[in-house]
Amino acid sequence: MEDLLPLGGRKIKNRLLIGTGKFASYPLMQKALEAAQPDIVTVALRRVDAGSKTDNILDFIPKSCLLMTNTSGARNADEAARIARLAKASGAGTWIKIEVVQDNKYLLPDNLETLKAVEILVKEGFTVLPYMSPDLSMAKRMAEAGAAAVMPLGAPIGSNRGVKTRELVNILIREIKIPVIVDAGLGSPSDACECMEMGCAAVLVNTAIAIAQDPANMARAFKDAVEAGRRAYLAGLPASGTEASASSPLTGFLRDDAFSR
Amino acid sequence: MNLTINGKQESIEKPLTLEALVAAKNLCPEKIVVEHNLRIVARGDWPKVTLGDKDSIEIVSFVGGG
Amino acid sequence: MSYYDTLLKYKDLDPAKAFLKVTPQDVERAITSEYPGTNGLLALLSPAAEKYLEPMAQKAHALTLQHFGRTIQLYTPMYLSNFCENQCAYCGFNAKNQLERRKLTLEEVEKEAAFIASTGIEHVLVLTGDSRAESPVSYILECLQVLKKHFASISAEIYALTREEYASLVQGGIDGLTIYQETYDEAVYQKVHRSGPKQDYRFRLDAPERAAAAGMRAVNVGALLGLDDWRKEVFLMALHAQYLQDRYGDVEIGVSLPRLRPHAGDFKDIRATTDRNIAQIITALRVFLPRIGITLSTRESAALRENLLPLGITRMSAGSTTRVGGHTIATEGSGEVPQFEISDERNVDQIKAMLAAKGYQPVLKDWMQL
Repeated sequence: MEDLLPLGGRKIKNRLLIGTGKFASYPLMQKALEAAQPDIVTVALRRVDAGSKTDNILDFIPKSCLLMTNTSGARNADEAARIARLAKASGAGTWIKIEVVQDNKYLLPDNLETLKAVEILVKEGFTVLPYMSPDLSMAKRMAEAGAAAVMPLGAPIGSNRGVKTRELVNILIREIKIPVIVDAGLGSPSDACECMEMGCAAVLVNTAIAIAQDPANMARAFKDAVEAGRRAYLAGLPASGTEASASSPLTGFLRDDAFSR
Repeated sequence: MNLTINGKQESIEKPLTLEALVAAKNLCPEKIVVEHNLRIVARGDWPKVTLGDKDSIEIVSFVGGG
Repeated sequence: MSYYDTLLKYKDLDPAKAFLKVTPQDVERAITSEYPGTNGLLALLSPAAEKYLEPMAQKAHALTLQHFGRTIQLYTPMYLSNFCENQCAYCGFNAKNQLERRKLTLEEVEKEAAFIASTGIEHVLVLTGDSRAESPVSYILECLQVLKKHFASISAEIYALTREEYASLVQGGIDGLTIYQETYDEAVYQKVHRSGPKQDYRFRLDAPERAAAAGMRAVNVGALLGLDDWRKEVFLMALHAQYLQDRYGDVEIGVSLPRLRPHAGDFKDIRATTDRNIAQIITALRVFLPRIGITLSTRESAALRENLLPLGITRMSAGSTTRVGGHTIATEGSGEVPQFEISDERNVDQIKAMLAAKGYQPVLKDWMQL
């Protein structure tokens, strides 16, 4: 049986989403995308300099990939909405990763402005995936506002530190009815695998692939790790450390004839 | 006549259409999206929009991003 | 959305099959898992888990200490009225039973309240039979005016009300509601509730949610163990508690484990739930819902209550009577019939002493309304 992720009205096969920033060159990025075959890749919009003769990144992204524009650079909900509309006008579709950051030191997201952006863009018909700090109340509100998924951070963007927010992400997985996709901070395939074993619906990886010595091989490694973690989750992880400490038995009384067995 | 293009002040001699501006800047029309005074202008409408004094223009294109 | 929608998913749950499929590995996984989930709950309630009672108890004990410390809340029930229009096969107040019916006058409420308060109790649970004619909401509100002078917290265990009526009770000073579904099996429910307003299964099922939505601070659900297969009943009750906890994060959700006791009725077809089963139920509930309140009533014997205490109990009744006016007015042999027989007849001081001896702090006043 095929294990597909229902997301924004689609069925996603590859649970590894890949970001396209920070690659040394577009051809290297292309190789990485070909190696991992993601269903969804993220891109960003930037102001262009006059006379810039750079290549068009879209020419290096396989046509099978769904583009999701992130709103990086937005400092509030209105700017995020503006970027989303620009992306739509440019023909990149209506999938938006909302990223609103006011904090240039740690690049941590502003959950309140992010929620406002979700509300605005859902009403305009966008498929919206908010990048956020893993806060339960906020995640519930984003889901109520119509987000297609929530994307809690594992660690600050680009930090490659792994799932430092594990406990909080775990709570989101249990409590939020829409998919939970860990985004940011995953430094190695084992981090991605850990997320999937926990029950995340998918992960989004960029920096760890882009800055690897061999991005194509690293992309493939992440793909395999995501698949392995997902498979383990579905298989039901066995118990670990089952030895009970019978310091003082709590159920010994049941052996007494006074109690019904 | 003064314009704000991608946040920078620029002055031009005589009135221009958006299409002429894109050509003057040597930009590839297929790659970019143009916003005129916060309104997105479809590529087909570029020749119809003539820029006026104090207009603000944003020109963006796709780049890599996570 | 209603818990009924969840129940429909389990409509064809055949306990004989579902619980027997559980393997020892499933049980081990459920015990060690941080979030056992629905499958874990099924495993913990299964026959396979009976071999794991001790590790389940250790885990349940640790979780209880972690979330509640060594504290037990104490409360005393107070029956206001035994007029009842229902014919519940298992209940002493059954409308068909010949017994002296009475409801307390406000003077009698004052007398009972003053007595209970004199034992040190600050949390009282008021109960009535199901009669909108004899004990209407307006009567309960009048009683509340008297009770508020004596207690910090007043809960109610009464017939199912509308959301607006629950809101009026909250306004009047009630902060907790206990309402048992009795059985989650609709067919059994119809069988044991032979006539009266309680026959409306859905109205009762949604009552805890209406109370939570109306602003009740604490809501307690329960299944009367003995009416149907206990594994299935506890499974569905636990999911009910989880449903409420998920949707009403600001309400304290609790469960009770009333075991069918001898009563002045004719329901003799009791499905056995042993003491060992009760131990399994408490530990399974605690592992599945670590923050849930669990109440153990004086239906159970003193010895059993003491032994179950560390397994996950957070609330106990003390100085109980199930007679109207049973604290100061009615006495045994006076013609007053109890709703059911109680087993642990110790008074508040004796229960407090027992708790202290076991290293627990009795909590008489958990909070108060400002």
